[in-house]
Amino acid sequence: MVDLHPVRPAGRRRAGWRLRLSAGWLLLLALVAVLAPWIAPHDPLAQDLFAGRLPPAWMEGGDALYLLGTDSLGRDVLSRLMHASRVALAVALVAGTLTALLGTALGLLAGFLRGWTDRVVSRLVDVWMAFPPVLFSILLVAVAGAGLWTIVLAVVLIDWTRFARVVRAEAMAQGAMDYVASARVAGRSRLGTMLHEVLPNVLPVALAMLTLEMGIAVIVEAILSFVNLSIPTDDATWGGMIAEGRASIHQAWWVLAFPLLALFLTVLAFGQLGEGLRERLDPVLR
Amino acid sequence: MTLEVRGLSARVRGGGPPVLRAVSLRVEAGEALGLVGESGAGKSMVGRAVLGILPRAVEVTAGEVFLDGVDLLRLPEAERRARVGRICALIPQDPLSALNPSRRVGRQVVDPLVEVLGWDRARAEARAREAFEEVRLPDPGRTLRAYPHELSGGQRQRVLIAAAFAASPRLVVADEPTTALDVTVQRGIVGLIREMQARRGTALLFVTHDLGIASKVCARIAVLYAGLVVEESDARAFFRGPVHPYARALLEASPRPDAPGALRPVPEAVVRAVRAEAAAFDRTVRHG
Repeated sequence: MVDLHPVRPAGRRRAGWRLRLSAGWLLLLALVAVLAPWIAPHDPLAQDLFAGRLPPAWMEGGDALYLLGTDSLGRDVLSRLMHASRVALAVALVAGTLTALLGTALGLLAGFLRGWTDRVVSRLVDVWMAFPPVLFSILLVAVAGAGLWTIVLAVVLIDWTRFARVVRAEAMAQGAMDYVASARVAGRSRLGTMLHEVLPNVLPVALAMLTLEMGIAVIVEAILSFVNLSIPTDDATWGGMIAEGRASIHQAWWVLAFPLLALFLTVLAFGQLGEGLRERLDPVLR
Repeated sequence: MTLEVRGLSARVRGGGPPVLRAVSLRVEAGEALGLVGESGAGKSMVGRAVLGILPRAVEVTAGEVFLDGVDLLRLPEAERRARVGRICALIPQDPLSALNPSRRVGRQVVDPLVEVLGWDRARAEARAREAFEEVRLPDPGRTLRAYPHELSGGQRQRVLIAAAFAASPRLVVADEPTTALDVTVQRGIVGLIREMQARRGTALLFVTHDLGIASKVCARIAVLYAGLVVEESDARAFFRGPVHPYARALLEASPRPDAPGALRPVPEAVVRAVRAEAAAFDRTVRHG
């Protein structure tokens, strides 16, 4: 009898929770990011020097008007956090997706077609990876100027090699399978075999890496903001807030702590989402 | 004559060692030819060369492969592929890797019928269902919608046999179709291939290292060593007593239900003699 309901592995329930929790956090963040202009209690740029360094509302001396307190210029931390999530998520989505597309395409071509295509791509990856990434992004900002698109470009240019290498290895392994030979005998073209037979089997890996990559993009954005190489300094970013909070950490820890927490949770959620999705999508692990 | 291979030679690309040495074979419609030999003898390479799926590192250096009277090796790539797709099929060695894990098995049987043979989807689906029934897969409607990992090894091999015979091809190449299976499942699979082939009058090139299985399926046997066909004969005559010393040694090294007894490894002297034969062949090619 065909068993269409195989025994669920023991880790299945846990994996389900992991997927739900991480997806829940990211969904909440996305909602906040989209609605920030309407739901943020204050203007993220409005300064009130008489209300500087107010602690969070539940602490002594806190003000219910400023839920997570204010920074040294009297700007509302919660509102800045909300607005900063717009930048973080935009970078995560755009940079992550572009990196995945570029790296997966090159990795798939190299791993499946082999021959000179593989040689060219592999050498390019080797040379590329020898270049220090931080230097690379600082150089890029110096040349192209600070801005959202520069960050995106930096992430794509630094990280496409990660995708290319993993996807190439996976495509190579899949290409050696008999089902690829069968598809060729049945008359499928090389390109058709690559797109219809191999690509679907490479996708779970690429997708897991895509979400990881989104987490990495968030970190890269925060680092570049931290060293003030990101977007024009007026706009709030998590990295920028952390940098500002560092100066007043002894007087107002909350200015640093909340953006750090947001950053941490977001990167963690992206990683867990990837792992959960891979388990859900891979027909063999399912 | 469905398949006729004449003087097919192949070697590792870039001046590497020979893989096939002037292999010549014929398989008629409705006939099964067993291609036997040790691993590394080049059995699979013959089947792969016919279907045009040789490993990247191997190239054909000489010979002709006539399929229904047309030399495949003279055809342009696209034309050859279309022709092979229309009249040939492969039953691969490893049922675990021969089905695409991310696609439902039904789709994998139906798609080639639609895309390569140009059938309409409804007809192809009906045909796939019939084929699943024919290979006695349980609950065909449900199995068609299953993913490979939901089926057992034997069931997957049945799916592959159904896929291979679905379009009633003129030639089926079975590449060690039972090697990856349990001994208890092997018998059923062998019988099934035999049955499907006989019913359709398909020419069958049956590649195996197992002489016992070859004796159950094939009317003729060709023995390969070092890419050289050392003997090709009627199966009954072959099992009664092969002519070539290596073929005889190979048969004595294989377990046989009709003559139980100690197995003898292929003697060193015989191996040396066939290797000398191969070397002599290489010399004639180089000078000729």
